[in-house]
Amino acid sequence: MSAKAPSYWKANQRRLAPWLFLAPGLLMFAVYVIIPIFQSMWISFYDWDGLGEATWIGTANYAEMSSDPNMVKSFWNNVIWLVLYLLAVPAGLLIAIFLNQTVGGIRLYKSLFFFPFVISQVVVGLIFSWFYAPNFGLLYKVIEFFTGKGVAVLADPDLVTYGIIAAGLWPQIAYVMILYLTGLNNVAPDQVEAARLDGAKGWKMLYYVILPQLRPATFIAVVVTVIGALRSFDLVSIMTNGGPFGSSRVLSYYMYEQALSEYGYRMGYGAAIAVVLFAIMMIFISGFIWKMWRDETER
Amino acid sequence: MFPRPIQQSSPAAQWLYKLALPLALILWLFPLIGVAITSVRPASDLAQGNYFGIPSYLAFENYSNVFRNTPMGQYILNSFIVTIPTVIGAVSLSLMTGFALAVYKFKANLLLFFLFVAGNFVPFQILMVPVRDMTLNLGMYNTWYGLALFHIAFQTGFCTLFMRNFIKALPFELIEAARVEGVAEWRIFWFIVLPLMRPAIAALSVLIFTFIWNDFFWATVLTTSPETQPITAGLSSLNGQWVAAWHLVSAGSILAALPPVLMFFLMQKHFIAGLTLGAVK
Repeated sequence: MSAKAPSYWKANQRRLAPWLFLAPGLLMFAVYVIIPIFQSMWISFYDWDGLGEATWIGTANYAEMSSDPNMVKSFWNNVIWLVLYLLAVPAGLLIAIFLNQTVGGIRLYKSLFFFPFVISQVVVGLIFSWFYAPNFGLLYKVIEFFTGKGVAVLADPDLVTYGIIAAGLWPQIAYVMILYLTGLNNVAPDQVEAARLDGAKGWKMLYYVILPQLRPATFIAVVVTVIGALRSFDLVSIMTNGGPFGSSRVLSYYMYEQALSEYGYRMGYGAAIAVVLFAIMMIFISGFIWKMWRDETER
Repeated sequence: MFPRPIQQSSPAAQWLYKLALPLALILWLFPLIGVAITSVRPASDLAQGNYFGIPSYLAFENYSNVFRNTPMGQYILNSFIVTIPTVIGAVSLSLMTGFALAVYKFKANLLLFFLFVAGNFVPFQILMVPVRDMTLNLGMYNTWYGLALFHIAFQTGFCTLFMRNFIKALPFELIEAARVEGVAEWRIFWFIVLPLMRPAIAALSVLIFTFIWNDFFWATVLTTSPETQPITAGLSSLNGQWVAAWHLVSAGSILAALPPVLMFFLMQKHFIAGLTLGAVK
């Protein structure tokens, strides 16, 4: 027996080793990420306050959702987030092109432009709350100066979501910028020179020569921007708590509010909202994974 | 190089570019600069309506007030207590998972890899109720380790993607040669691959440090009291107490932003290398 064990190990080492290396990470990931996804789906069919007995109510949570005006509002706000957040991609590219020079101190400029991404969204939210603050906020003052009447962005139900998105775009543009700066650094110089000899310049050069080479950077920029837009929670929570009158809620925030805030502990309904958000996100995630899968198997 | 180097343009254009750079930067960072100035503006200035002028003096007492009258010191400490074990845990776990997925060929390989990648993208809300419930049941609610364990598990997804791609790019002949010599697999991991992973470990460590330090959602879901709350959650609750005391809010914000900013400046090369992995082919 004692002689047999090591030989079994020796013979099968290469087959067993990957599973031993994977075990701790995979276990943690399964317990905290994979299994909870299915648990949430399960909970979404119950009426549960998180403490007492859970009651099976079938699809009642989903039925309630379809006629819940707050849910509809949150969903459309998410759509606005998604569309406007994608502006970060061209904006980041523009700044990257602006900064892609070799003059003195340019490295410091690049780092400082990247700054907003490094700081917490909580801090970004507070900074923009100050920027928007009625009566003394900088933006309020500027608008007052030009039009004679200030606008309290975060107190206006029609503007509040745009105000929060603008705050979110700030770090997001910085992130996209750094992706494109790295991409521009690796554009093949001979191709650029050849195109220049052919008389290409400006927008034509960008569109036909540069952008195709930046495709990997664009892919990652779109992925992180879409995920970022759908994950938006911190800014809404810090800047408005979903207000005024719930007009700046997004799905991620509304879910939290239903499940955990002072409005009550409706875990089942919260889980159902999370499942909807997850389903929306899965559309995009599958797309990304499909593309990555194709790249992987082509190699 | 694109765009055309500015040195090839007319002197006027070069002059204009060098002027535009600092102007654009100031415009870009305007809100941040405003908050930095507000953080050293004395409360009396705000009371008199001096919001934008030069502060009548540099009120560093705002910072000492924040430390004296709020648990800010404790919050900062809590953030470190959660962040550092998370960095160590997630990096160690993903070194192993990344190694397994990069070096061995087995059926479930790609499937597992994409499971990690996809899991890393899911919305936090789909995990919230079960993870909170489990943490409560295990008696880890409102403790640093309850929060850190979740972070380690979740970050393992992103870290595995990173480590696996990094190891894939190493010369595979090294491993082949060792195998021919009869070196055991765990020794290959420990003595051959690990020493080559230093840049990846550095890049991931600074990234994860920043991500976890800046996390707000899980801090609010899994911790409740000032004894365990990290600075993001702490700052949010202080913001509720300091109604419109913007000099204090600003000072608190600057304090919360400082550690990741320092981390970024000290480890800039690694930070950007980590963040832009995959942005070039």
